[in-house]
Amino acid sequence: MYAQMIQSEKTDEDPRALAEFQARIDRGEKIEPKDWMPEGYRRTLIRQIGQHAHSEIVGQLPEGNWITRAPTLERKAILLAKVQDEAGHGLYLYCAAETLGISRDALTEKLLDGSMKYSSIFNYPTLTWADMGAVGWLVDGAAIMNQVPLQRTSFGPYSRAMIRICKEESFHQRQGYDIMMKMANGTPEQRRMAQNALDRFWYPSLMMFGPSDAESVHSAQNMAWKIKINTNDELRQKFVDQTVPQAEYLGLTIPDPDLKWNAETGHYDFSEPDWTEFFDVLKGDGPCNAERMEARRKAWDEGAWVREGLLAHARKKRAAKTAAE
Amino acid sequence: MDPAFEFLCRMGDNTLVLGHRVSEWCGHSPVLEEDIALANTALDLIGQTQLWLGLAAEVEGAGRDADALAMTRDAWDFRNVLLVELPNGDFGRTMMRQCLFDAWHDLVLAELRDSTDDRIAAIADKTSREVAYHLERSRDTVIGLGDGTEESHARMQAALDRLYPYVGELFETDAVDAALAEAGIAPDPGNLRDAYDARITGIMAEATLTIPDSRFAHKGGRDGVRHTEHLGHLLTEMQWLQRAYPGATW
Repeated sequence: MYAQMIQSEKTDEDPRALAEFQARIDRGEKIEPKDWMPEGYRRTLIRQIGQHAHSEIVGQLPEGNWITRAPTLERKAILLAKVQDEAGHGLYLYCAAETLGISRDALTEKLLDGSMKYSSIFNYPTLTWADMGAVGWLVDGAAIMNQVPLQRTSFGPYSRAMIRICKEESFHQRQGYDIMMKMANGTPEQRRMAQNALDRFWYPSLMMFGPSDAESVHSAQNMAWKIKINTNDELRQKFVDQTVPQAEYLGLTIPDPDLKWNAETGHYDFSEPDWTEFFDVLKGDGPCNAERMEARRKAWDEGAWVREGLLAHARKKRAAKTAAE
Repeated sequence: MDPAFEFLCRMGDNTLVLGHRVSEWCGHSPVLEEDIALANTALDLIGQTQLWLGLAAEVEGAGRDADALAMTRDAWDFRNVLLVELPNGDFGRTMMRQCLFDAWHDLVLAELRDSTDDRIAAIADKTSREVAYHLERSRDTVIGLGDGTEESHARMQAALDRLYPYVGELFETDAVDAALAEAGIAPDPGNLRDAYDARITGIMAEATLTIPDSRFAHKGGRDGVRHTEHLGHLLTEMQWLQRAYPGATW
């Protein structure tokens, strides 16, 4: 997911306060920034929302890679609008995280020093125009699976950010599918690009949900806190069930020889992704980890003079205003 | 050569090439708000390109559309001013270029709203609101960075020095302009210079920057006679898919 493998942080508060807090969540109340909350809840949310925000920011890069090569003016405009939306999502999410007592700059520094992560999916390269379709269709599709339930998450600012984000994400997914339709129904070369994009993005998309966590203690705590709503396996299954008929409609083949409909369970059976690859990507050994981090560090380092310059100007203006009063 | 087609390509190629350059920043800006604002500017400019080049194609009547004009003409058929095809440089130079362009763009659109050609007046009316906002933003950024730290001031002065020789081309007048001014379709560019100078002088004074004395102007973009070496590379990237897979629809 955009937030993967979030471990719940330990909490040692007064058991009575914890019980009351849990009762509020169980009643479906939203927790707001000024309300009392366990330290573990706060820290887990910072990690989850922060990772989600970083994913939106780093996620601009694989799609930004094609803006200057978009094949038509219309496609260029749609892609620009999409990448702009992602930056906007990053902004809402950083704002939501800030209500928990951590600044955007502090979160950014944690991304840049490697102590916070972003979704594994953005460490894969976008190699053809069809990848702009596959990213919208599969990556945004997988993200929506997780984010729709998170609209009901217990933390108010996160829930409200998710409501706004989900509206835009489902639009992005439709745009991605539209690109896939054009490609799948296009020339033989375009069909080849479309199949190739599906071949490369299928398993990384399944990895987005993270490894099975049905037995995880962290997952149980996060679910009790309604920071997490479904298990990774539930969401992955739902994604596969939704996506297989869409691939069939496109006339594309999902790269899994063992994929088949199971009438008994009412779901598709499918192969697990290569979890060794997933852990390699998380450790920093994905195909694009180094490039993505270099790009973010360069933007931050080379932008320092701009941020300082604008701040200095704002201070001068404030001082002049005070002097005039 | 149809002066109206030529003029519409000048307008559309300016927005296309500048929109392309600005879009190169996507995901790489100094601060998240700038990423959003630059993407928004690029998006507006590409949308404006669809209008200008769409009308150019209609006026030409040769069966081409806006995409064909954008994606299959070679550099010598492009009619944008040299200023917009120059590489981005640092963020300061990008914003200086934007400000120098926006200040002109805003003035010319204000005139074009009164064009005797209703189609041109309609595009000018629609796009002038977007451009007024671009100018407000680029102006504020140039002022903020010019009058910021010592480093930001030095970088903005360097940007102005580097780009100012490309300003004069915006006000060149040739037979195309004369024909359009005569018909009341578009203003004579030379007539906008005083208003432009007043604007830029005000902005740069507030930014504590010094406008170069020399009025020397590089030219060759708006008539396509001599573009910079940079345009060919930009087109190589922008037009690649259409050139590599002719006849495909996307």
